[in-house]
Amino acid sequence: MSQRSSIPLIEAADVSKRFAGRFGRESTLALAGLSLAIDAETPSIIAVVGESGSGKTTLARLLLGLAEPSGGTVRYRGTDLRRLGHAERLAFRRDVQAIFQDPYGVYNPFYRVDHVLWTPVRRFRLAGTRTAARELIGTALRAVGLRPEEILGRFPHQLSGGQRQRVMVARALLLRPKLIVADEPVSMVDASLRATILASLRQLKDEHGISIVYITHDLATAYQVSDKILVLYRAHVVEAGAIEQVVDAPQHPYTQLLISAIPRAETGRQWLASEDGRRAGPPVGDAGCCFADRCPQVRAGCLNRPPGLHRTAPQRAVACVLYREHPALLADALPEVLSDNGAVTGSAAPIPPRFV
Amino acid sequence: MRGAVGGIWRYLRRNPSLTLGVTLLAALGLFVVIGGLAVDIEDARPLSAPTLRPPSWDYPFGTDRQGRDLLAVIIAGTPLTLRIGFIAGFLGVGLGTVLGFIAAYYRGVLDAVIRSVADIGLTVPGLLVLIIIAVSIKGTLTVNQMAIVVASLAWLYPTRTIRAQVLSLRERGYVEVALLSGMSGPEIIFLELMPNLLPYLAATLVNSVAAAILASIGLEVLGLGPIDAPTLGMTLYWVNFNAAMINGWWWWWLAPTVVIVTVFLGLFFLTVGLDEIANPRLRRSA
Amino acid sequence: MTVEQSGPVLQVECLRVAFEHPRGLVRAVDDVSFSLLPGERFGLAGESGSGKSTLALAILRMIKPPGHIEAGDVRFLGASLAGLDDERIRALRLAGIALVPQGSMNSLNPVLRIGHQIADAFVDHGLRLGREETEGRIAALLSEVGLPASVARMYPHELSGGMKQRACIAIAICLRPKVIIADEPTSALDVVVQRQVMATLARVQRDLGAAVILIGHDMGLMAQFVDRLGVMYAGRLVELAPIDKIIARPRHPYTRALIASLPSLERRSTLAGIPGLAPSLLELPAGCAFHPRCGLAVERCRRERPAVRQIEDAAVACHLA
Repeated sequence: MSQRSSIPLIEAADVSKRFAGRFGRESTLALAGLSLAIDAETPSIIAVVGESGSGKTTLARLLLGLAEPSGGTVRYRGTDLRRLGHAERLAFRRDVQAIFQDPYGVYNPFYRVDHVLWTPVRRFRLAGTRTAARELIGTALRAVGLRPEEILGRFPHQLSGGQRQRVMVARALLLRPKLIVADEPVSMVDASLRATILASLRQLKDEHGISIVYITHDLATAYQVSDKILVLYRAHVVEAGAIEQVVDAPQHPYTQLLISAIPRAETGRQWLASEDGRRAGPPVGDAGCCFADRCPQVRAGCLNRPPGLHRTAPQRAVACVLYREHPALLADALPEVLSDNGAVTGSAAPIPPRFV
Repeated sequence: MRGAVGGIWRYLRRNPSLTLGVTLLAALGLFVVIGGLAVDIEDARPLSAPTLRPPSWDYPFGTDRQGRDLLAVIIAGTPLTLRIGFIAGFLGVGLGTVLGFIAAYYRGVLDAVIRSVADIGLTVPGLLVLIIIAVSIKGTLTVNQMAIVVASLAWLYPTRTIRAQVLSLRERGYVEVALLSGMSGPEIIFLELMPNLLPYLAATLVNSVAAAILASIGLEVLGLGPIDAPTLGMTLYWVNFNAAMINGWWWWWLAPTVVIVTVFLGLFFLTVGLDEIANPRLRRSA
Repeated sequence: MTVEQSGPVLQVECLRVAFEHPRGLVRAVDDVSFSLLPGERFGLAGESGSGKSTLALAILRMIKPPGHIEAGDVRFLGASLAGLDDERIRALRLAGIALVPQGSMNSLNPVLRIGHQIADAFVDHGLRLGREETEGRIAALLSEVGLPASVARMYPHELSGGMKQRACIAIAICLRPKVIIADEPTSALDVVVQRQVMATLARVQRDLGAAVILIGHDMGLMAQFVDRLGVMYAGRLVELAPIDKIIARPRHPYTRALIASLPSLERRSTLAGIPGLAPSLLELPAGCAFHPRCGLAVERCRRERPAVRQIEDAAVACHLA
């Protein structure tokens, strides 16, 4: 087990995001206090799974510095993102890259796809000469299974969605970042191509030591590709831990619901029958558990007391009163559960996570 | 090269508005150029010809009350009128582009200020302001000063419309990718946003030129223009001044009117044609 | 499931839809035939470019130039649709065959209330109902899809994705059609909402006695919802069989690959994709359209296009099946 370096590459310390309400409407809590740390030395793939409105895209934007947190801080190698100097900011942009969901909107239709590959090469001076640059781009394209002669010189609309997305992966690869935040990278791609793109993400970690935060609503692909998982529901973390443990034996009722709702390609149709007709009601506010209105195991206390995070195993945490006998976990200690280093820091009196 | 010419020709066939607009303006341009070789521009001055002659072989467009050869007047005046329009249009769109981009990309206080100034400016009747400015300038205006006067208001509308376009463009995914690639604000504006707006800017430019020409003709007809220049507007001023319509001197007002209508039709069709390029959804199928 | 008619409610016979492209003729749907029994759930699976959405539009004669129906026919309740004039086809749409188009939840009119949009469907089909009766029908429709009556007074942006999709289903069934074609109805929704919407569709279909054509690419969803499945590739139907047979023993290599590409929740690192790209319809490979990507291709596959063969109750277009 490798030594964890003391300063994480990217650290979200109890970040929360609240969007101001317009025209007299109440503000929306997009993300409640969440803590996450990406190690600078040891790569890992962390899946952030949730439905729309769960806060996963907000988290991605906060990590990328495209949005500012309402509470808490996001730090790059120890420095608050908002306080980065010019050189540090450039280093941040080099170390942290992104792959977005829509493989068409990310291309400027005015330019050929080469533009999206040449811009970072030029900006970050990744190669000394034009020839070296062309070499670099060619290698990156080949690494994701594309042939440079079929891709370069084309306009975005001349490539398929899968090809465009792979070019984006190649672009991310060019910079040899330490972290790639992939926001739903395959949801707009054909089923048969998803595997190839996800396999190249896996390759990025195994062969190039790049960590990935894989954001998706598709638990099945997360299971195939990631090491750790964070399950979000309505801006809160409901479950976290090592992927196999969480998927093989889900503890939070929402995770259980999520897994049962995935239609499997098998005979003997159970899927539709298990639909229990419970729908999400209006938000319960900060008073109780975010899942209380549709939880099949709801108790009396769930509506007025937020459940704390409980550490049910060295590498698992659940936010549910069903597990209150387990040691409580402070929200900002969540990164420990997700790290490879599984030491328990000792229990404290249950303190509910702070909802800003 | 031949492929490019062939491509342009094929496109012109699919875009009749653009073709018509270009044809009209080109025809006018040709007329002015060839006419300039055939006719002496000095004849556009007063007392160059007998007064009030209807169109004849010697004076194909007739002559006016001050003895100007109207053919020479048109040939000399059309470029002058167009020049005012072009200078004012370019200045207006140029300034509008700069302000529109800055306001939309940087938002915040800058946006609030620019937007408010433009909005307030747009509510004031433009011709009124121009009249006041023209009247306040001591002495008579030159053609270039006329252009600057019109340009002073020509940037208001382009600022608003370009700002609106940039506001929607900046939300595109590729702007975020550019940010992540380490590009700075100005780099993003010039390299990512501006190229996508070129068709729209071209259409706005044509519009702006047309509006500027109209404004300048308006001022001239009111007598506030460069009094010695044989521009189309000034000719109409003299038409008015001498009650040419009532007196039956039809050739005097017909020529400038036809030219003005041609210019505006040409510019209008050009705008429609450019609009089709800027907005691919308007394109007819091949 | 009561069988109201003795014959199929919809028959697609050798349908061919072609688009004129400067570089040639593109057959988006090539010689597709299948029939739909009353009350049946039929799935049409395929990826982008397979022609499944075009097929749905062709059934409703909604193909616009430069596309046209080149050959073949569609029969609804035994009557051919090819000869019908525009008026009668219009009357048939929504009242006989309803379509829930792809991305329809995003094409709800943002400035009209949901109730208004349902009422529009009544008016368009010449139903002159009084205000009370209209409101009553709308309330009944909404409750059929599991939406509260208050939704009728709401605007689309006030509804969640799942609610919008169910509103679209309500519009689709408002005239009690016999066939409902749902084109990727849940592609933008997460799994939990997807199950709710599909359960709604199932219930609605049962109550109406209508048949459903579900178009999509998620084999898991197909396995759990449909009775029979047709798999499309490059405009052709390459396999057609009862769903249990297809899942247990897929005959066409493409079908096998599609099922294999579904990520499993049992074992990790088993992601399998299909190498290569879907072919451009302008430059279809010679012989079998799938052969460049097929691991089992032999010489015959490169030369000869496989015809659709019946094997028991299934149909496959493959030399090796």
